[in-house]
Amino acid sequence: MNQEIIKAPRPREEDFLNFECNIPQLVTNRVVQANGYFSEKNSVSIKETKGFEDIIITSVLNSKDKYKDILNKYNIALESIDGNGLFIYIPDNKQVDIPLQMLDIIRANFPVSIETNNIIILGRDSKLKLIHCDDSVNNNKSVSDIRSKFYLDKRASLEYYKMENINNDSIISIDSEFNLEQEAELITFWLSINGGDIKNKLEVNLNGEYSKADLNGLYLTDKEQIVDNKIKVNHHKPNCFSNQLYKGILDDSARGEFNGHVYVEKGATKTIAYQNNKNILLTDKAVVNTQPFLEIYNDDVKCSHGATIGQLDDNAMFYLRSRGISQRSSRMLLMYAFCNDILLKASIEELKERLGDIIKRRLHGELSTCENCVLHCSTPDLAFDIDLSKI
Amino acid sequence: MSLIEIKNLHASIKGKEILKGVNLTINKGEVHALMGPNGNGKSTLAGIIAGKETFDITQGEILYNGKDIMGLSVEERACEGIFLGFQYPVEIPGVSITNFMKTAINEQRKHKGLDPIPAREFMQMMEEKKKLVEMTTNLANRSVNEGFSGGEKKRNEIFQMAMLNPTLAILDETDSGLDIDALRIVASGVNALRSKDNSTLVITHYQRLLDYIIPDYVHVLFEGKIVKSGTKELALELENKGYEWLRD
Repeated sequence: MNQEIIKAPRPREEDFLNFECNIPQLVTNRVVQANGYFSEKNSVSIKETKGFEDIIITSVLNSKDKYKDILNKYNIALESIDGNGLFIYIPDNKQVDIPLQMLDIIRANFPVSIETNNIIILGRDSKLKLIHCDDSVNNNKSVSDIRSKFYLDKRASLEYYKMENINNDSIISIDSEFNLEQEAELITFWLSINGGDIKNKLEVNLNGEYSKADLNGLYLTDKEQIVDNKIKVNHHKPNCFSNQLYKGILDDSARGEFNGHVYVEKGATKTIAYQNNKNILLTDKAVVNTQPFLEIYNDDVKCSHGATIGQLDDNAMFYLRSRGISQRSSRMLLMYAFCNDILLKASIEELKERLGDIIKRRLHGELSTCENCVLHCSTPDLAFDIDLSKI
Repeated sequence: MSLIEIKNLHASIKGKEILKGVNLTINKGEVHALMGPNGNGKSTLAGIIAGKETFDITQGEILYNGKDIMGLSVEERACEGIFLGFQYPVEIPGVSITNFMKTAINEQRKHKGLDPIPAREFMQMMEEKKKLVEMTTNLANRSVNEGFSGGEKKRNEIFQMAMLNPTLAILDETDSGLDIDALRIVASGVNALRSKDNSTLVITHYQRLLDYIIPDYVHVLFEGKIVKSGTKELALELENKGYEWLRD
């Protein structure tokens, strides 16, 4: 039976906060979009949290009314704003200590389509750690189109974690654009843990001198999953730094695509741009297509790119097994070792541990569909509800 | 009581016969040396005993503690007490030595129906065995063999041997690439682990190591067969006369 896909309906109010997504031992503030819809009620409690007072979190439509001045400052055309999406504004000089978790949950009992357009602005000298999760609540098919535009003003710093864990029947298409001004710093950890068809488009514009973008990604695929990563970094100004490190493990008949593009403009002297894509294929049927692309119009640059596609090292396997470690455990050790350095630069220790744990579970074949957010721990003693009023 | 009996072992790789009827018996408590020119099958024999799957065994059998081990996997043989000290130890970035040893010990314990090793006991064992090979590095932070010099890698092999306490340790060219000091440390580690309940097969190209690890028997593997066996004096004779002498 061919089910029609309709635009996802807005869930009930209680369903916004009903979702258990807690990162054990990690205090975060949580903003939920369910089926693309945002609950204003939710943002009020965030505002009342210590340290979050001046932060603006509202819907993009609301921002058009109330925060025109901010939108104009960053040259965001008001006409381009329509429909669902979050507007997040971190004021100048505001350094947010507590990580903010943006949860995009998909909850419906029939196939749905979801579309959101988010705007996230970090003012001068501001700092934010943002954890952005896409999760399916159940096995229903969804088609999501998520667009986000980030603006990092001078010397702003953003540490961005993207977690993709949707069910095997679902399709997600993400288009994220990051615009960095002078001395702004961006570090991303993009984890595609599960999903039928994931397309990530990530474009970074280094618009100011001495800005930096460190882009790390990991994709773990099996069955007939598809993960397509298109990364583009534009060095518009001199003295900027970018790094792309993407790793993938492909099992069964999964397919991966990696297109890493580095564009260095004519005037962008003293550019440093690195790129590396490493893949492990666990079966004969898994396929990955990796294409680096360096488009360089200046001589005074340091650029490199590399790509590898291989299997688990036979010699390493024999070495581990010769110590009594089973074939299965040896594979796990090697796969986990392969994945682990992606999170090396993550600064939130507890999150790093939790993500490491998720990677392990995923490699063991668990987490094919989560009843709740992938970050929810199924063992009761580890999950706890964060009482925002106590923060 | 024989620990390992290799009878008429023939093995090939890609159609080429490397071992052409090897016979070797090692009893418990003994140290045997295996010498011979390079390319004549020493490492092949070591790999086959450990269970390396790249070879075709065309004839013969290997009995370990009286049991035929041909059907056992690499890890099963390790659990039976076989340890291979690699000629070229593998670097495994991202896997810490501590994690590696803990996993190995626990999997071997599981095989014997035991519970995982308690944390404190494990840490104490690590410290004790590190001293045996004069290792001072913080192993929790180091990946297996990553950034290790040749000598450090070989010492790490003996460290692992000490941690796993095998009944048969096969040391494949443990001395290659070592200077006198490293050699001394490796040899003293091996000697400290010797007991009447275990045995060692030292594979070496040079006689020098055998000044430090004194063997009970010396065998020469020449063109795929053990052509001569003797006591430690045989090693000296080979040193003086060279391997070509064996042709006569």
